[in-house]
Amino acid sequence: MITATNLSKVYNGVTVLNMEHLDIPNGQSMGLVGNNGAGKTTFFSMLLDLIQPTTGNIFNNEITVSQSEEWKGFTSSFIDESFLIGYLTPEEYFYFIGDLRKQNKADVDALLATFEDFFHGEILGRKKYLRDLSKGNQKKVGIVAALIGNPKVIILDEPFANLDPTTQIRLKKIIKDLTAQKETTILISSHDLIHITEVCERIVVLDKGELVKDIMTSTATLAELETYFSRDLATEQ
Amino acid sequence: MFKRLFSLEWKSFFRSASVGKSIGLKILMGFLALYFTAAFLLFGIGLYPLIKKYFPNEEPIMLVNRFVLVWLTLELSYRFLLQNLPILDIKPLMLLPIKRRKVVNFVLSKSLYSFFNFLPLLIIIPFGIYNIYKHTFSTLSIVGWMVAMIFLTLTINFANFIIKKKFTDNVKALIPIVGIIAVFGTLDYFKIFESSVWFGKALNEVLQQPWLAIVPMLVFIFFYKWNQKDLESKFYLDASLKEEVKDANTKEFLWTKRFGDLAPYLQQDLKLIWRNKRPKTTIYLSVIFLAYGLIFYTNDTYAEMPAFYIFAGIFITGIFLINFGQFIPAWDAGYFPLIMAQNIPLKRYLTAKAGLITVSVVILAILSTPYVYFGWRILMVNMVCAVYNIGINIPILLYSGSFNRKRIDLDKSPFMNYQGTGAAQWIVGLPLMVLPVLVFWIFYKFISFESGLTVLLVMGILGLLLRNKAIGYIALRYKRNKYAMIEGFKQSGQ
Repeated sequence: MITATNLSKVYNGVTVLNMEHLDIPNGQSMGLVGNNGAGKTTFFSMLLDLIQPTTGNIFNNEITVSQSEEWKGFTSSFIDESFLIGYLTPEEYFYFIGDLRKQNKADVDALLATFEDFFHGEILGRKKYLRDLSKGNQKKVGIVAALIGNPKVIILDEPFANLDPTTQIRLKKIIKDLTAQKETTILISSHDLIHITEVCERIVVLDKGELVKDIMTSTATLAELETYFSRDLATEQ
Repeated sequence: MFKRLFSLEWKSFFRSASVGKSIGLKILMGFLALYFTAAFLLFGIGLYPLIKKYFPNEEPIMLVNRFVLVWLTLELSYRFLLQNLPILDIKPLMLLPIKRRKVVNFVLSKSLYSFFNFLPLLIIIPFGIYNIYKHTFSTLSIVGWMVAMIFLTLTINFANFIIKKKFTDNVKALIPIVGIIAVFGTLDYFKIFESSVWFGKALNEVLQQPWLAIVPMLVFIFFYKWNQKDLESKFYLDASLKEEVKDANTKEFLWTKRFGDLAPYLQQDLKLIWRNKRPKTTIYLSVIFLAYGLIFYTNDTYAEMPAFYIFAGIFITGIFLINFGQFIPAWDAGYFPLIMAQNIPLKRYLTAKAGLITVSVVILAILSTPYVYFGWRILMVNMVCAVYNIGINIPILLYSGSFNRKRIDLDKSPFMNYQGTGAAQWIVGLPLMVLPVLVFWIFYKFISFESGLTVLLVMGILGLLLRNKAIGYIALRYKRNKYAMIEGFKQSGQ
């Protein structure tokens, strides 16, 4: 579904991402892991054509993302709060996204009903603008909005951050349900190794822009990642 | 400690993202400041001889005293519009071991260095010195008067903050106050109860007994303490530092549904305008500027120069176009990545913006029809200008928007707010206004009034017919510039 070839991004002579080849088949759930500055958000931003690659291309369902806008119809994403419109209420925001994705009010309402648990009574019908919600609640809105309109590709940048424990567990279930159907390609980044190994079939590790590990998740994966990320500590001792 | 706070303030000013970027703007502001300084200073120096010349029987300083109350009222009103309490970002200082009172005192005394406090000095001091020089009263009396006056303006400085704090969230609560001022003003005007004269008499008393200057000083201290108390009591995260959360307004704008595909975008834009301070003001401005035509139509000198009617026509029907359009797409800066990553084809995005502005031009054109009172020619000019605005100026503005890189924070007041203004905004003003005037003038000069109008009309209609093509082309430009726009809109500095 998504292919990156020869992809790189250079800022003032510093390479922040250098990815020779990455292929994500249709229906796969991929987790992107790496320390700060590893290039996770850069990769997602290029995938959404928000920044221009220095070299190479990304293809989303065989569409070159920087050439055509066609991919926007089946791709949805939540990167950060710049994906929210502060002066709308959550409902209005959902309906607006629904309009853009050819979903009428009833469709959106039906979808929202399934997330009642997830919202925990703090989102809908509160007569508050998005800008007045707490960070965690804003994130909930952004994540759910990314699920509107049956997108084929969903991109979530650090969805677990800022969420309370209960919501994290609920979010894991939501993602697992989505991936179980094998119809949606999901890309998630996270700093939480436990969560990400739990919900993703495949883990890609980035380090300073380089792809250093590409593992299909198994019971051994978490241990492997923990060993990898504590390697500096190990050498120090 | 004061010094350290000051250096923090200094750094925040010079390290803000805007420094060094908009030189042109700075020059303009500097020029304005210089102009006002010069004007006030000249007035201050010239006041005494002017009064002597025109009112030879009056004692100048006593005549001036009679107008002090009026001046103070005016001063309060323009300060209310323009001046804000310079709350330096006190949030990060709350956790540090700095005494609360110190921070509050710093914020308050910083406000004393405002340009608004500097201007009255330019009148009070030269005028006072002139009086001393002329020996109208004893030097001590004049000095007492000057001190009284200075403390009166400073009192206004702090009174304004109190008023502002009480009323910024609820402007309607101001109505009774404005009403009271109006009542006193009217009573004064019809000489029923002349409060300004009584106030003047009180000031004259200062001239007799200079020690009375202590009264304004006490009033000043009272207001200062009031501010101090108020700020100190609000030195908590949940008080003034956190903005009040109001219930959301959930007006739906259902009538936009009939625009089909464009409906969600239009609805979105209307909410943008309705719910945010800065774009909302563009609406008020549009209504106010409708009256702009009166300046031209009532003045006979312009009757000979119909090119000015074109200028007025473009302005009246296009004021929203200019005020709102020049900041497209910066209005959406806060969520621009969403606009770019969501299923929003650029062309449709632009078409929706064009649609919204078109509606505004049509509405303003309809509202301007009463100008027919000044003759059919005026009405014709305005209608032609509306068509020209729709056909030509909308694409020009959208095109210039692709050069836009400056973020706009929606909830800041637009008065004296140049955020988001760059060279592009100044330059685009020229073709919008000058081009139609020039085209008309050429045809008017060499052929006739009607031919000038016809040419503008044809241009507008052509533009309207070609709009789809033009927007397609503009969308390509936006596409090419989008990475720079996304980057630019992220910069949160002024």
